Amino acid sequence: MHEMSLAESVLQIIEDTARKQGYTRVKTVWLEIGQLACVEQASLRFCFDLVVRDSIAHEACLEITEIAGQGRCAQCSAEMPIAALYEACPKCGSYEVQVTGGDEMRVKELEVE
Amino acid sequence: MCTTCGCGIGQTLIAGHALKLPRKPGEVMRYRVHEDGAALAHPHTHQHDVLNGALDFGAGAAGTHAPGVSQSRMIKIERDILAKNNDYAAENRDNFSTHGIFALNLVSSPGSGKTTLLVKTIAALHGTLPIAVIEGDQQTDTDAARIRAAGAPALQINTGKGCHLDAYMVGQAMQRLGLQDDSLLLIENVGNLVCPASFDLGEAHKVVILSVTEGEDKPLKYPDMFCAADLMLLNKCDLLPYLEFDAELAVDYARRINPKLKVIRISASTGEGMTEWLDWIAIGCRNAVATVQRTAEPKILLE
Repeated sequence: MHEMSLAESVLQIIEDTARKQGYTRVKTVWLEIGQLACVEQASLRFCFDLVVRDSIAHEACLEITEIAGQGRCAQCSAEMPIAALYEACPKCGSYEVQVTGGDEMRVKELEVE
Repeated sequence: MCTTCGCGIGQTLIAGHALKLPRKPGEVMRYRVHEDGAALAHPHTHQHDVLNGALDFGAGAAGTHAPGVSQSRMIKIERDILAKNNDYAAENRDNFSTHGIFALNLVSSPGSGKTTLLVKTIAALHGTLPIAVIEGDQQTDTDAARIRAAGAPALQINTGKGCHLDAYMVGQAMQRLGLQDDSLLLIENVGNLVCPASFDLGEAHKVVILSVTEGEDKPLKYPDMFCAADLMLLNKCDLLPYLEFDAELAVDYARRINPKLKVIRISASTGEGMTEWLDWIAIGCRNAVATVQRTAEPKILLE
């Protein structure tokens, strides 16, 4: 359940930005979560709803964009989509596939008033 | 969906999936509300771009094609959710490198033998270098008591309901412990093969401990931890003759996740493989001391 910590971090980012930008209500929060980021989206939504209670984001809609996993084979340099960390290169069979995308967890944008 | 009036609902896609309605039933859509007169000024003659699976609200100054219709505005953040933790981790790492401290983050499932391994490691290194231990558990300080009995200062962090240590907790614990220069810091994370993988504590290496009483396919089931670790200790190897655990296969699976993973087979209770583990620690400690960048005035930790 590290999603609870992640949800708290999201709220912290929202509140830090609110101090700088002077908004008092958050209507929508857009997150980008990579497929390989070790995040259960349903759990993150559940935790987000809990942690934003009594905050400026208490009515906020959470929109999550999933970023597909991307890898690059260290042996043959092939680029490929990957859904799990243990996948072999479809071209040469090597397991030396480095993650090049899809492991991010980012607060992308906010809609605020 | 038009962010001005909500027309075209059901057509917007996010990564190929229909935009979900606002999560709380019974509430009005919370995108952009019309202010007085705005509806009249918005006669639905405009064309909507095909969004092709992605929402792009970042194009205009306010991130919408009709800025100023309401007081809403878009703010680009682009901030990593773990940025704060990573900042604290960088601070910890900085402190470690300034003081020649070799810090290891030991991670595993509950029951893999982490605490026994630490007790034996402390006993073996006793008198050769200063060691301190940070213990993470949800409840109780029994582990810290075991470590203190073994002869090293230890501080227990109880995470309550939390499932992992974070860099802030470790920073606080470091201050309380008063770490010595050129020492070894062993951080025993909460027994959990999932969550601690995501949280950098500022350590030099994550060390994952897999015991042979678990399944050999654990690296495939919990890949993130094996991906994040630099060293895997295959523990309880003295039990191999009594088990159907395929050690080769376990190592093979772990290296599918992380081809660079170093593996040492050990048994904390019989001492098998301990020399290799202790040598690995000794090299790390030497490197930490050799690369130390001491500031003129030490800035941390010593009370």
